[in-house]
Amino acid sequence: MGPAANLSSGDPVEHLFRHESGRLVAALTRVFGFHNLALAEDVVQDALCRALEVWKHHGMPDNPSAWLLTTAKNHAVDVLRRERTARTFAPELTRLLESEWTFRPTIEAAFGVHAIQDDELRMMFSCVDPRLTEEAQVALILHILCGFSVNEVSNAFLCSAAAAEKRITRAKKVLATAPNLFELAGTQDFRSRLTAVHRALYLLFNEGYHGANSKTAVRVELCREAMRLATLLHEHPLAATPATLALLALMCLHAARMPARVDESGSLSLLPDQDRSQWNKQLIAQGQKLLEDSATGDEVSEYHIEAAIAWCHASAPTARETNWAQIIALYDTLLTIRPSPVIALNRAIAIAQHAGPEAGLTAIQTIAGSERLSTYPFYPMALGELELQCGRHGIACRHFTTALQLARNPTEQRFMESRINACRCRR
Amino acid sequence: MSEFLYIYRGGVRDIRKQSPEEMQQVMQKWMTWMQGLAEKGHLKDRGHPLEPDGKLVSGTGKNVTDGPYAEKDLVGGFSLIEAKDLSQAAELSKGCPILERGGAVEVRPIMQM
Repeated sequence: MGPAANLSSGDPVEHLFRHESGRLVAALTRVFGFHNLALAEDVVQDALCRALEVWKHHGMPDNPSAWLLTTAKNHAVDVLRRERTARTFAPELTRLLESEWTFRPTIEAAFGVHAIQDDELRMMFSCVDPRLTEEAQVALILHILCGFSVNEVSNAFLCSAAAAEKRITRAKKVLATAPNLFELAGTQDFRSRLTAVHRALYLLFNEGYHGANSKTAVRVELCREAMRLATLLHEHPLAATPATLALLALMCLHAARMPARVDESGSLSLLPDQDRSQWNKQLIAQGQKLLEDSATGDEVSEYHIEAAIAWCHASAPTARETNWAQIIALYDTLLTIRPSPVIALNRAIAIAQHAGPEAGLTAIQTIAGSERLSTYPFYPMALGELELQCGRHGIACRHFTTALQLARNPTEQRFMESRINACRCRR
Repeated sequence: MSEFLYIYRGGVRDIRKQSPEEMQQVMQKWMTWMQGLAEKGHLKDRGHPLEPDGKLVSGTGKNVTDGPYAEKDLVGGFSLIEAKDLSQAAELSKGCPILERGGAVEVRPIMQM
């Protein structure tokens, strides 16, 4: 079982339709060709409708995935036979599908277990087409591979349904010009595509973990999907690079802390205040193992560094006993790989933990490009927190008030309000 | 105990526009409801879903026409229920998820020999 299972209820058929739809769309697209993506989606939707009707009377079959696969395959055969004069399908299969001798074997091969696993991965690589923006790539992955409707994508990214629809429709048009799913083996730009896949899954995970969406359930979903797809990479010999392992390690170590991030009253709980007994030990162990395994080769990716930082936190019994000096050093390295004011802010917070709030404030003042943090609620919040620790309640209160105005959801709002109250109590 | 036929009508509107997750939720509601009936001994036969297309043969001329039928009247399936009387059978049908989607359950007593 993959690490993503540790974030779910443990029911293997949970989100079955969602996951199967991604797999089946990928398999059908390979047979139909990318220009028939809409047809592939239609056939999958038909298969799911059929499952819904039959299963609601008779219950789920023993192997629901196999049932759906067979149903989708039979639909596909009907479509291929019915429309083979009217449509063109995948160019490299055309000849094989024209002859009755090769029709069945070709179909059976295309819907074999290993072929489908490959197809799902190939679709992932197709979605990170360099002609698309990162936002569009992530939206496509969610839509095609995770079976999110346009509405569900718009909920995940807090954009309007119309905007999500536009983004997805445009992106599909770009994909439709590709001859077929991205070829994994022996492709020149495999490395650059893999890097783009890492980035997209990282963004997807972060959207779930730190994103502005107020619906907690949706956020866990996004993290779980990112982990499921990263696990697919990990299981493929070509894609299981050290950076893939490090990315999955990072996701495990962060996800391990999710149960403690929101306390019983639904309020946000920051790292130093979290009840560490609630951290998921299985995920921490999986993350540690992956991080160890990722330490091969000569590539040190940003995911290696971020996973190492997450490991420092996960392995510390308390906030006070955390190896802050090492975390600061890791942030220094991370800033050379990926300069970003958010990372610099996290580094400053680590400095404050290590050398006191005044040192932290000094570090914040020297952040390059801090103007890019002007709408980030955790920037004034960090300032407020450190000023409060220095005993300057009035200044702290002003920072928290700014943070409250920037808060993106009720959870963040409640948190900032509680900090403003803390300033008043201690005055 | 008497027997009743539940005839499920309509409620298929927009189902194809649902996301996979929403479809699974609809299915799970049905499975939970049916399971509940079975556990209380009311489900004589789970019955069957019906294909949406079909033929209509009518009149002395034996005219054969194709479906589809009006969507709200479309019979999507049936089940066989055991209940004390018609009012209990009707009461039990109130948990059917089809009602949340604009559909209806027709509850018909089976004529006894």
